[in-house]
Formats: sequence, C-alpha cells, structure tokens
Amino acid sequence: MNKVVARRDFGELSSAIKWATWPSICLAAAVVLIVYRDMFPDWFVVPPNLWTEQLPLPYVAFENRMPVAMDWSGTNLADWFNAIIHFLRKHEFFDLFTFRDITRALTQLVVWPLDFAEDLLVSGFRDLGIPGIPWIISVGLAAVLGWYLKGWRLSLLSGACIAYFAVFGLWQLAMTTLSLILVTAPMAIAIGIGLGILASKWRWFERVLWPVLNLMQSLPHFGYLIPIVVFVGLGHKAGAVATILFAIPPMAKLTIVGLRGVSSEVLDAGVMAGCTPRQMLWRVRIPAAQKTLMVGVNQVIMQCLAMVVIASFVGARGLGIDLLFRLQTLQLGRALESGIAIVLMAVTLDRLSQALTEKEPEHKTAGSLWNAHPFLFVAATIIIVGTAIALLVPEAIVLPRDFTITLAPIWDTIIKSVVFGLYDPLSFIREYAPPYLLIPIREFFKELPWIVFLGVFMFTGWRLGGWRMAILVGVFIGFVVLSSWWTEFMVTTYLVFVAVVVCVLWAFPVGIWAAAKDGRTRVVAFLCDTFQTFPSFIYLIPVIMLFQVGTISQILAIVIYAGIPMVRYTYLGLRSVPNEIVEAAITSGCTPRQVLWKVRLPLAFPNIMLGLNQTIMFSLFMVMIAGFIGGNYDLAREIFKAKANNDAGLGILLALCVAFLGLSTDLLIQTWANRRKARLGLATDN
Amino acid sequence: MTTEAKLSCEQLWKLYGADPEKFFASHGDRPTQADIASGGYICAVRDVSFDVYPGEIVVVMGLSGSGKSTLVRCLSRLIEPTGGEISFEGQNLLEASRKEMIDIRRHKMGMVFQHFALLPHRTVIDNVAFPLEVQGINRAKRHERAREIIELVGLSGRERYYPRELSGGQQQRVGIARSLAVEPDIWFLDEPFSALDPLIRREMQDEFLRLQSLLKKTIVFITHDFDEAIRLADRIAIMYEGAIVQFGPVEELVLNPATDYVRDFTKEIPKEKFLTVGRVMGPVVADCGTLSIGESDLIGDVAAKVIDYEGVACVRDEHGQAVGSLTRGHVAKILFPEES
Repeated sequence: MNKVVARRDFGELSSAIKWATWPSICLAAAVVLIVYRDMFPDWFVVPPNLWTEQLPLPYVAFENRMPVAMDWSGTNLADWFNAIIHFLRKHEFFDLFTFRDITRALTQLVVWPLDFAEDLLVSGFRDLGIPGIPWIISVGLAAVLGWYLKGWRLSLLSGACIAYFAVFGLWQLAMTTLSLILVTAPMAIAIGIGLGILASKWRWFERVLWPVLNLMQSLPHFGYLIPIVVFVGLGHKAGAVATILFAIPPMAKLTIVGLRGVSSEVLDAGVMAGCTPRQMLWRVRIPAAQKTLMVGVNQVIMQCLAMVVIASFVGARGLGIDLLFRLQTLQLGRALESGIAIVLMAVTLDRLSQALTEKEPEHKTAGSLWNAHPFLFVAATIIIVGTAIALLVPEAIVLPRDFTITLAPIWDTIIKSVVFGLYDPLSFIREYAPPYLLIPIREFFKELPWIVFLGVFMFTGWRLGGWRMAILVGVFIGFVVLSSWWTEFMVTTYLVFVAVVVCVLWAFPVGIWAAAKDGRTRVVAFLCDTFQTFPSFIYLIPVIMLFQVGTISQILAIVIYAGIPMVRYTYLGLRSVPNEIVEAAITSGCTPRQVLWKVRLPLAFPNIMLGLNQTIMFSLFMVMIAGFIGGNYDLAREIFKAKANNDAGLGILLALCVAFLGLSTDLLIQTWANRRKARLGLATDN
Repeated sequence: MTTEAKLSCEQLWKLYGADPEKFFASHGDRPTQADIASGGYICAVRDVSFDVYPGEIVVVMGLSGSGKSTLVRCLSRLIEPTGGEISFEGQNLLEASRKEMIDIRRHKMGMVFQHFALLPHRTVIDNVAFPLEVQGINRAKRHERAREIIELVGLSGRERYYPRELSGGQQQRVGIARSLAVEPDIWFLDEPFSALDPLIRREMQDEFLRLQSLLKKTIVFITHDFDEAIRLADRIAIMYEGAIVQFGPVEELVLNPATDYVRDFTKEIPKEKFLTVGRVMGPVVADCGTLSIGESDLIGDVAAKVIDYEGVACVRDEHGQAVGSLTRGHVAKILFPEES
C-alpha cells in the first residue's frame, strides 16, 4: 500500500520535472543567446534586408505595366503589396473598369446619404433655401428621444449634449461629425448583419470570414486609412468609408454569435410551426437574437465615433480635425473643449444605444392620440413650435458667434497652473525615467536576437496548442522578421511592454480594491464604462498637457487607455468566483487575505489573464495613435511616414506587423485562459 | 385494435458519428451494440417500432440520455433518422419533401417543448398565432382563432403580456396553446412539465387531461417522471439506451415487467394507483352487501369505502350487473403488499 502511494508521488514529481525540463532548456538557451549575442554574426540580432531583397515580385506578371519605383531600399515585402495595389488600380477587368473604379463608384453610395444628412442637420438645402434643423429643435428632439428610451435623466443628458455644441460654438463641427456617424453606423450595421447572416448560412463562409474579422480587429486604425486613400481618395467621404470598414467586424461577429446562440428548442418550435427557411431567419432567428444584435449596434456606434476622430487624418471633417489641429498647435484649452464635445457625444450615443438595447417591448395603450403615442405628439409639438420660433428669431437656427461662449481662456489658465504646480513633482519622472529605465529596456529589446523572440512565441505556442499553433504563431512573427522593419518593430514592442507592465501595476490593485465591496464595484464599473466610451484620441490631451510630446507621453497615454480593461476583468473575475467557494474558505478559517490569495485570485486568474490580453490589444492600438506624439523610431513613425509618402503597400505591411503581434499574443493568452478555465471547471468562452 | 394506427414507426434508428448512413447500410441496417461501439458511433435511437392509435396517449418514459427526446424529434423529423420508416396517416413521412413537410407541420402537427421555446419579442397572442401567421392567414382571422385557444388554456385577459411577464406554468400554457393553434392531428409533447415546480406540474397535468377529454388528440408524450406517465398514459413505452424495452399499459408493465430495468422502475409504484377493481375482485357471491362499486374504478379510489364497510362489497359493471365481489382482504393485499 505504502509502496503504491510512494510510487505515485514519485510519478507526480517526475512528471513535474519532465514538464519543467523543456522550458528550462529553452530558457537557458535564450539566456545564452542573449548574453553571447556579440559572438554571433549581425544577422543574428537583426534580420538583414538581404533576405527579402531577392524575392521575385509578382508585378512582372501584370501586363508589362511597371509599378512606380520605390526609392528606399529593402522594402520588398512592401513592394509586394504595392504591386497588388498597383494591379487593382490600373488593371482593367474586361478592358472596362479597374478595381479602383468599382471602389470609387461604391463610395458614391456613401456620399449621397452623407450629403443629405449633413444638409439636414446643419448646412441646409441651399437649392431650396431651407436651412438645417434649427438647434433648438435638435435639442428638443434629442431630449424626447432620451425620455422615450429610458427616462428624464437620459433626456437631460442628450438634450444637454446637443445644447453644449450650440452654446460652445461647435455647432457646425459637431453636426458634421454626428451626420457622419448617423450615416456610417447604419451602413456598418447593415453590412455586418448581412455578413453574419451569410456566415450562419454557409459554414465555409464563416470559416473564411472569422479569421478575416480577427485580422481586421487587430489592425491599427491607420492600417485602414492608407489603402483607403488609394482606393477612395482623400476627403470627407474617405473618412466615412474608413469608419464603415472599421466598424463592421464587431457587428458581423456578434451577428454570428447571436444567430448561433438561439436555443435549439426555439428553432425546433419555429420548424414545427411550419416556417420556411426564410421565415425561420426573419421571424425566428433574428428576433430571438435581438439582444446580442443590439449589443453589436452599440459597439458599432462606439467604433464609429472612435474612428471618426482618426479619420480626420484622411480629411474627414468635423470635431476630429478641429481637435487634431488644436493639439498640433498646442491650443490646449480649445482642444479640451473639442475633446469634451467628442466625449459628450460618445457618452450620449452610448447611453442612448444601450437604452435601446435594454428597452423591453411595451404595451400599447389604446385611446386618444396623446395616450397612444405621447412621444410622437411631443416631438411634433417641438418641431412646430421650434419652426415658428426659428422663423421669428434667426438666432434659433444657428447660434451666431457673438452668442456662443468659450471657456478656453479659463481652461488655459487652469491647465497652466496645474502644469506649473505639477511640473516640479513630475520632473522626477521626466528626468530619471528615460536614462535609468526606458533607454536600457529599449536597448535590450533592440538587441534581443530575433531568433529568441520568435523562439519564445513558437515554444509557448507548442506547449499550449501543439505544433499547429506553434507554426501559426511562427508564421505571424516570421512575417515580421522578413518585413525589413525588425528594429522599429522591436521599439514598438518595447513601448507596449513597458506600458503593459505599468498598466498591470496600477490596474490590478485597483481591480482588487474595487472587487472588495459592492459600493466600490459600482463606482469603478461606472468609471470604466464612461472611460471606455472615450475615443482613444482623447487620452492624448491630458498627457500632452503634463508631459509635452515625447516617449513618456506616448507610454502614459497607453497606460491610461489600456489599463481600463485590466481593471474591469480583475474585478469581474474576482466577483464571479462562486459565493459558495468563498463561504467554504471562510468557514475553513481563512483570513480575508487568505481568501483573496488562496481562493479568489487563483480562481479569477484566467479571467484576469483575459484582461491582460485586452490590455495588450488596446496598447497596440494606442501605441500607433500616440506614436504621433512619441517621436520614437518605431512602427507608428514609419506608418505616418508611409501615409505622408502615399506608400500604401508599406502602410499595409506595417499595419500587418502590428496586427500579427496582436494576433499571436491574443491566440496564446486566450488558449491558455480557456484551457485553465476548463481545468478549473469554469465556463469557457466560445 | 382494429382501427388503423395514426402514427407508426418501424425499426427506427438514429446514429451519430461520421457518415452514419454508410455505416448503417454496411451493417445490413442492423448494427449490433459491439459494431456501434467499435465504430465510434453513438446510438441515440435503436430499432424502435411502435404504433399510436387515434385518440390515444402514448407516453415515452426514460431517464436522461435514454434517447426519448431524439425519438420524438425523429417522429416530427426535426432530426433525420438514420434508418427505418415512419408512417403518419398512411403516408411515408420520411419520403415527404421539404415542402410537404412544411405543409404537414403547418396543418397536422403540434409540439410542446420542455423550456417552452416562446418567442420573447412577441406577446402571448402573437406567440399563439405564430403558426397561423407563417401560413399567411390574415391578422384578424388568426387572432380570433388564437383568442379561442387562449381561452381554452385559461389565459384569457393575458393576450397582451410578453412571455417574460408570465410564470413558468403560464408560459407553458402559451406553449400548449401555440401547438394547438393549427388543430393538429398529432400532438407531440417533449417533457412539457419537467421544468415546472411539483405543485404546478400536478395542476398542469390535470389541465392537460381536461384538454384531452375535450380534444381527443393523438398524443406522444415524453417524460422522465414515472408518476406522470402513470397519471396520463394509455400506454407507456419505456426507453433504455435508445431502445424501447417494454411497451404496454401501466398494469402490464408493473405486473409483468419484461426486464430487470423495468422491474426496478415499477417496483415502487403503488398498485392502487393503476389497478382497477375488475383486476383483483373475487367471484360473485350470494351475500353481496349494500356497497356497490364500479368494475373500472381504481382500487385507490374505493379503498377507504371498502375498508370502512363491514361486509363484502359488490362489484358491478357499467350496466349495474353484478360481476364480482371485493373484500377488505383484497384491498389490503394491494395496499400493503409487503405484509401479505
């Protein structure tokens, strides 16, 4: 008997040793390679451009039309993309039209509603001599919408939001942005639902679509902009197209998930009622998936708003371009005012669409017109009275400049005093962080042999998901190795690494703190909800105020933006530990500290890792956006340069490098977390 | 029985695995248990044959995983059987085209689901009218019909409610009403009361019996609850690992269990709940007392009367003719089987 037990113990021990053998061997190898990297040739640390320079380029095949010559060397993978783009631009299918003709024609479908919405909201129909909707009517209608969807609080918020635009002299800009969203969001929703329906119809289509959506969701925002300049051109419409493309993936994904999530009994009930396949889709599956679809609608609106600001880089008009201009000219007070306008719009649209999601179908009360449709009645009244006022008082249409107010001078004073007050305390960070912390880490990353980097990813992939995952991850990182931008890629990786470490340092304790009491959770949940609706660009404002432009600002912007999901997943993970288990721990005599460290954290750990995953993805987005204030020799800088040079192929290549880093970490962490959850017997995602 | 079966299935099989049809055909349409296990297949329905006659309630009883839900879905062709035949009103159901199936479901079949399967975005009346709506019947007409059925299941006044505003029992009443909206010839009920509280369950069973006494539908009723089966069934089919191990009236199952599995199941069943006086009575005696009881009464219903009565109770058929006698001893033997 004892012998058996002993043997089993030994077996466990030996298997533990076996499990640890490979990691330790690999770790040792990595350390040796890093320490003795100087003894190896140069190509060992940075993959040389030579490797890709000899690659045959496909454009030879395209009808003898030579593409534009690239004047920088070693961008041969980029040339591949350029060759494809060139083909799509110049090759005439059936000698009639090029791919670009098609994209430009399709853009017209966006332009018409866009013009109409803008005319309606602000510019007015000049041919007919009708002005845009007077601001007092807009305020009133927004308030009625809020009241109808939720109640007086939301009514107040949405009314105040529109009024803010008018009063602070941002009317033109804000209404342009709003019209952009009102056009792009429904289009993205329609396309996303359409793709989702097709995917649920054909299994093969879903198999193709899902990875494409994953890739689209990990591409940095600028990755969308550069090809769009080629195929659509610059300007407002290009911004609209970029916004639509950017917002499609979440809608398509949630449509697939929602349609798949309809309970099999409800489907059976539909079949037994004698539904044709078409009736099944439109009368059973889509209505039953309504909740999930509405979550998608909310996400689309948020994505649109985030992109609308960034789309100003390709010429989208509205609040975004204003904010960008003010930031670049360091008019911080004005920038703050535009920023607040964007945040207000984001929060309001988020709350409105959430209210729409949560709104349960209501009983219609029969009776008089007033009783049956009170909101329509009020809305009609507002329109009639508003029109009457607008006819009498022109100020009610667009508030003239003299009547608008701006708090910019006050903001500037406040900012100055805050910056002045904080300048000395913060000089510590400014002075000591770069030489003693940031630069050494950066040099370490720059000199990290690519074999080690690739090896760590592939080895982790192999341990978690076998050779298939190792190869997949290897292909992702291998693409970057061959991209000729390895050093810039590693600088970006270093920025993300530092930012993620700092994120964990602040967000993890905050999450633990928030999970301890109901009241705290509520407050932190509200703050997370609110901050997460802010378009990423907004985070640059306070950071620039305090630290000017530079690496620290770039990292700080990431740290604030990307820490939020970490906070959220930490407290959600801790709170989702089954109450029974916590009670069992307490009755076993655990101190509160022991309950946290021995029971709740281990059980919440997979969820916290998913939070880390989100933090990494958010960091990758933000590192590209904040690159515009960072001044590092990283991928963000190169992507800005590519945009300036109109080098779409290079832009796509760089965006793909970022996306592949994101996809690999996402794959590894999700696989780990799901395996761990399954082992703990917790519900897994997917 | 002389009447024609409403629904009958013949050697019905359902296998899960890779290309089950091919595997099934390659084993001569009768794979053994060993074949199935070694091929890596899972057999949900195994060689099931039975008939359901008009106006009859057949209860399919089995524990979870016994294949009863798969069986009822094969009968309604929500799941395609791997092999066998199903005939419904003389028509070969498995040869019906997709279009024909839609037509049959629209006019001749109704089904009730365990978790109600109501459409959350529709009111009670629109849920009930849903099968009529997909047929293209106009609003006024379908609402009129829906209102009739809603009244029948006792939900009048709640037509405008949404499912989330109803209790579980009420939601299932909606499910029942919906399945009856098209006046089906065959009515499938898949564990309709399993998700309800015991008290509500009993109430719903009574409701179900009341409806059936009015409508006289042909019914296939799935349950895992043997008490429910006894209360409702004309005949019970006991399923075990995909096969029907015994099929017959309750009495037969209890008195002549075909296998140990059925015996284990029926051992605990109080016999007075299904045995009729006619089954246990003694011969007609001359000194028959003043207490008369019916031949088809359940022992459980007359036990108290017989025990209180001093003499021998007289058993009469529906015409009042004396056909036998019942003593306290007879009743005691049924009520206390262990002590006798």
